[in-house]
Amino acid sequence: MTARAILLNIGSVVVLLLFLALWQFAAVTDLVSRVFLPPVTDAFDALWRQVEDGSLVQAILGTTGRMLVGFAFAVVVGCGFGLLIGLSPTVRAYIEPSLEFLRPLPASAIIPVAILMLGLTKTMIIFVIAFGSLWPILLATIQGVKSVEPRLFEMARTMELSSREVITSIVLPSAVPDIFAGVRLGLTVSLILAVITEMMSAEVGLGANILHAARSFNSPDLFAGVITLGLLGLVINAIMETAQRHLTRWQQDY
Amino acid sequence: MLRALVLPVLLLLLWEFVGQSGLIQSDMMSYPSAVAAAGAAALLDGSMLKATQQTIVSALIGLLIGGGIGIALGAWFGMSDAANRLGRVSVETVRPIPSVALIPLAMLVFGFGYGMTIAVVAFACIWPALIITQTAVKQVPRELLEVARGLELGWVRKLFTIVLPDVVPNLFTALRLAAGVALIVAVTVEITANPQGLGYALIVAQETLHPDRMFAYLIWVGLIGWLLNFGLLQAQRRLFTRWDIA
Repeated sequence: MTARAILLNIGSVVVLLLFLALWQFAAVTDLVSRVFLPPVTDAFDALWRQVEDGSLVQAILGTTGRMLVGFAFAVVVGCGFGLLIGLSPTVRAYIEPSLEFLRPLPASAIIPVAILMLGLTKTMIIFVIAFGSLWPILLATIQGVKSVEPRLFEMARTMELSSREVITSIVLPSAVPDIFAGVRLGLTVSLILAVITEMMSAEVGLGANILHAARSFNSPDLFAGVITLGLLGLVINAIMETAQRHLTRWQQDY
Repeated sequence: MLRALVLPVLLLLLWEFVGQSGLIQSDMMSYPSAVAAAGAAALLDGSMLKATQQTIVSALIGLLIGGGIGIALGAWFGMSDAANRLGRVSVETVRPIPSVALIPLAMLVFGFGYGMTIAVVAFACIWPALIITQTAVKQVPRELLEVARGLELGWVRKLFTIVLPDVVPNLFTALRLAAGVALIVAVTVEITANPQGLGYALIVAQETLHPDRMFAYLIWVGLIGWLLNFGLLQAQRRLFTRWDIA
């Protein structure tokens, strides 16, 4: 790293600290009402209090637990059906246009339908998360499988590979980058849906916590919750980026 | 083309048959003809159009504010490496916050109404606009930038006469993607907390056990999303083929 790069990296942290200082200043001097904007120190105190009494861990476990269960369903169903649909041009011709029509539909729009069918239950939450995060994964898998180089299939035929060998040694390796992009998007969607379904039901979690904090005009707890959700998003991103690099490493070798 | 219609038509017929025959007795059961009737009724009494207008206005204003901030920051970060590096930690701290996490905060600050939806939509629209603009501005050909330096243009003129014209198609892509995000987030805010617009209409139909109206609104929301995407894609093709060839 050059001296300039190091200096700019340090400067970057300083800029963030300046923003935090500005926030603290605006809150302490009541430039912005404390009802909306607690001092930074109050927000972090609230966060620390939640860590100490264990409520934060409980909320994180609640939110991520439901998120991961729904997401796991979505990955299995999305990749499975994506492979089936993507591999057959005939099936694709029948199904793909309908899927394209559903693509721009907000995932949250199925929440009312799910509540009507399943009530405000945990099953409803899992269903919404699974259903909502299924689409990006399914569509990306179809896209990835569809765009496998056709000559590879011809080669597979001359080599008389079994259909399982075709999938594991030709289709999957070449579709993995697309599939993974879909999986990543799906995980983001599942976090969003986990948060809003909690806001609408009474399950313990980060989303429910911040809504409750806002309703009781408790801005330190509200900001503590937003900070936690930001950190959670950051951690998820970092994990997915590492996984992506790992899974597509063979591509970068060329 | 014909094959594309087979699946939806079959599903609709099956749904109609199951609904009409009374095989499933339930408050949640409805069928396409009832949904169409409920949709027509909501359209005629003006309630659907009013809800649509509320959602679209919130999404649009949020898009303009968030997209504007995103494009401005993206252009700045793209043109100045120092600004990009100095802003990185701040941006990477704020960006992972899921936009829906700001719903309670927006509710606290703005109360119910347009402001709340607009604020959350604007936050969500910043990021796609920022990333696409920044990437595009960074890829402006070096020769053009050297021309700017040779002409001793100030950064304002450099931005408006050299950089922006070169990235217009990318800005449109940014706008198109952000528009999709804006509609989704607007509906989501309304479903979750804000008592207005299409999202709220969906929730009210569900709470008052009107599955026909609920499905009508659901299909309407899907249709608007699809039309928005389709329209912007067509516009992009029409407007910018010139750029692609050049």
